[in-house]
Parts: sequence; structure tokens; C-alpha cells
Amino acid sequence: MEFSSLAEFIAMGKHGFYVWLSYGLTAVIIAFVVMQPILHRRRLLKEQAQRLRREKRNAPSA
Amino acid sequence: MWQWLVRLYHRLGSPKWFYEMTERWIFWLALAAGGSAIVGLVLGLLYAPADYQQGDSFRIIYIHVPAALLAQSAYMMMAVAGAVYLIWRMKMAAWVAKVIAPVGAAFCLIALLTGAIWGKPTWGTWWVWDARLTSMLMLLFLYFGVMALQQAMESEEASYKAGAILALVGLVNIPIIKYSVEWWNTLHQPATLKLTEKPSMHPDMLWPLLIMIVSTYLFFALVVILRTRNEILWHERKRQWVRKILES
Amino acid sequence: MSLVRATVRRDLLLAARNPGEWANPLMFFLMVAALFPMAVDPNPEFLSKISGGVIWVAALLATLLSLDSLYRADVEDGSLEQWLASGESLYAMSLGKALVHWCISGLPLTLMSPLLGVMLHLPEDAYFALFISLAVGTPVLSLLGAVGAALTASLRSGGLLLTLLILPLYVPVLIFAASAVYHAGIGMAYNGQVAMLGAMLALALALTPFAAGAALKLNLSR
Repeated sequence: MEFSSLAEFIAMGKHGFYVWLSYGLTAVIIAFVVMQPILHRRRLLKEQAQRLRREKRNAPSA
Repeated sequence: MWQWLVRLYHRLGSPKWFYEMTERWIFWLALAAGGSAIVGLVLGLLYAPADYQQGDSFRIIYIHVPAALLAQSAYMMMAVAGAVYLIWRMKMAAWVAKVIAPVGAAFCLIALLTGAIWGKPTWGTWWVWDARLTSMLMLLFLYFGVMALQQAMESEEASYKAGAILALVGLVNIPIIKYSVEWWNTLHQPATLKLTEKPSMHPDMLWPLLIMIVSTYLFFALVVILRTRNEILWHERKRQWVRKILES
Repeated sequence: MSLVRATVRRDLLLAARNPGEWANPLMFFLMVAALFPMAVDPNPEFLSKISGGVIWVAALLATLLSLDSLYRADVEDGSLEQWLASGESLYAMSLGKALVHWCISGLPLTLMSPLLGVMLHLPEDAYFALFISLAVGTPVLSLLGAVGAALTASLRSGGLLLTLLILPLYVPVLIFAASAVYHAGIGMAYNGQVAMLGAMLALALALTPFAAGAALKLNLSR
């Protein structure tokens, strides 16, 4: 273990700001990259299921 | 071996097969990517010794280098997938090429941002017109170009083809850009990892880096699979097998 | 081949009858170069240091300006469909079109560059380097640009998109050409840079017409 305390770990030997800023930005971008397809999938499934139900409802009358 | 490859290729060309196959992979890929990222980050942030010149700011390397490597190889994969589509008209390849572009651009952006942030304590300034920063910036522009062109095309098929052609032209240009920019100006430290040489890094610093690189590639595979599955669902929405998924 | 020759002839004739086509980029070239002393610093010493780079950036932008219309008219009036139907080699056709583009943009720019050199206090030793780098470098710009023009020919707002696609590809040419001019200005050898430009030209001549030819076919599926 390189750091003896949590405060020291956060400080990163005076470079804490830079280290945590870059890790934070990366986390934000990564989260976006992961969440986008998951949300997209959810929306896609919902929309298509709706379309299917609509088509089924309309089929006999047509 | 060859026959096996040909069979695999034909199977990969089938959206249904890909969709069903990757169903099982997602969990394990996510586990492997997440687990290796945790191991790599713990080792890198807590156990790796501080650099004797740069102090603890060098710990940015554990995201900077994997992101930069991935951004470059993702472009290559995108161009290859595009070429497969242009030559054999394999729909799956076009979808893969399309979904790689934003992911590759995101990693390119990560590499640039972390590079700039790393530059502040190391060089004393956020941005320098250093060779590799500049060529990464050009790579980001190439990604943007491919994405913008695909967006602008009216027919879907034309957008795939145009993106593939542009990606291939860019692929030929990447080494030229890299070489010219490197020749033009070099301030960046020499490449940390070279395949042909023994690494100059301390093993305690090196191992987390290698683990993070593996983790990044696994993560990339996971995201590309997730996005490709969405493309499949959308394009095959009228097929029977997708109906079954929708009804369940 | 005859179709290619006829097309090249027709396009050159069109350009000759419609001077705006080749004169406007030239005016643009001149104006951009004139903006720099006003915006940055009119001091001759300072200008002579940046003049090579400024002239090259201006030439690059002027080239981009005229690229947009390279294939547009051919897509709109149906000539493109005729070429594709004729079975003529698309490689030769795109090469011919890039040549035409160079004749109406790169060549006049090259010929006019000494004038800009005078305006921007280009060091005396650098004139020949500027001339030769433009003569070798602008064809590369036309060839690469023709790919972008072919890709965006049938798009309504293709002009801006074309710039986005092509500019990153122009970076190596810009770097080597500007460096040739700069090194000539401070009395150093610049044949290496010119040789690199020549290598890029050879590569572009060999490869870009394939890409442009493939891209031209996309404009049919409308």
C-alpha cells in the first residue's frame, strides 16, 4: 500500500486535483457510453411491443 | 481451421445467431471487464509506487494509455468492418462499423482530456502542440467526420457505404498523419509500451497498466455488442424471432 | 477514355467561359492572406516568419472553397448516371475530374503565390520553395478533396460537411509544405520535405481515384 491514510490517498501527493479530475471525467464519459445503449434498448423494446399490440388490435377490423 | 473460420464468418453474418449467442456473453463480459477494472484500479491507484519524477500524477496513465490505444484500434476495427461490408455486403459488418464510431470517439475524447489534465502538472500547461496529442486530435476529427457523414446520408445503405469509404481513406492516412506530426514536433514522452522492446517500467507499475488495457478492450467489446444488439432489434423488428422476444 | 477526355475538355471549357469558377477562389486566397497582417502584426520581420504558413493555409482554404461544386452539377444534370452506365473506368474519370479541379484551383494559386509572397514579406530564398511546394502539394489537395466531393455530391448541405471530412486529411500536406517554405526561408535544406510531398502525391494519385470512384456510385441510389 502506497498511502497510509485516506486523506493522503485523496491528496495524491499534491496532484489530487488532476488525478481525480481525469478519473472523474472518464467515469462520466464511460457511464454515458454504457447507459446510452441500455436506455436505447429499453425504449426500442417498449416502442416495438406497442407497435405489435397496435397491429394486432387493428388486424381483425381491417 | 480455415473451414471453422468460414463457418464462424457465416454465422456472424446472421443477426439472429449473433443476438442469441451474445445473450449469454453479456453477463460474463461485464463481469470480466468490471472485475479487471477494479483489480487494475486498486493496484494502480493504491499499490503502484509513485513515479520518481512525476509523483502521483502519473497514475492518470492507467486510463490515459488504455483509452489512447483503444481509440486507435477501434478506428482500425471500424475501417475493417466497413471494408467487409463494402466487399461482401454483410449487413452485420455495417452495423458493427456504425456502432463503433461513437464509442471510439468517446475513448479518443477520454485520451485527449486525460492527456491535457496530465500535461498541466507535468509540462505546466493544459495543451501543447505535441505530436501525439495532435495526432489524437486529428483522430477525433476523423471519427467526427465519419459520424457526420453517416448522419447526413439519406438512405441507410448509402450512409454505411460512405462511412466505410471515408474510414478506409482515413485508415491509410492515419500512419501518414502520425508520422508527419511526430516529425513536426515531439514533446511527449516516448511511448510507454512497445511490443518489440522490454518495457522500461517498474513491474509494479506495469501490471496494473496491462490489466487496465485488457479491461478496456473487454469493456469495448461489451459496449459494441450491446449497441449491435440494438441495431439488430431495430432492423429485424418485423421478423418472427424478434416478435417472440417482444411478446414475452 | 474518350469520355474522360471529353469531360475534361468540357469542364475546362466551362471554367474558361465562367471565370468566377476559378477567379473567386483566387480572390479568396488573396483576401485571406491580406487579413493576417491586419489581424496579427504588420511588422515585416514578424510577417516574414509566418508568411509561408499563412500562404499555405490560405491556399488550402481556397482549394476547399471550390471543391464543393466539383461533382454537384454532374449529379444534378444526370451526367454522372451516364458515366456509370457507359462502363467507362471510374478510376480514370475521377482522376480526370481531380485534374480539372487542380487546373482551376491549384495551378492558378501556385502561379499567383509569388505575389502573396511579396505582400507578406516572404524571405527571398523561400520563393522557389513556396512555388515548388505548392506545385507538388496542391494536386494532393485536389485528389483527396475529390473523394470528399464525391461522397457529399448529392447532399444538400454538403459544403460544410465536406470541409469537416477533408481537413484532417490535409494535415500532413500542410505540415511538410509549410516546413519546406520555412526552412528555405532560414537558409536550410528543404528537399526532404519536398520529397515527402512528392511521395504523398504518388500515393494519392494511385489510391484516391479508387475511393472517389466507389463514392461516386453512392450518388445514384437516391
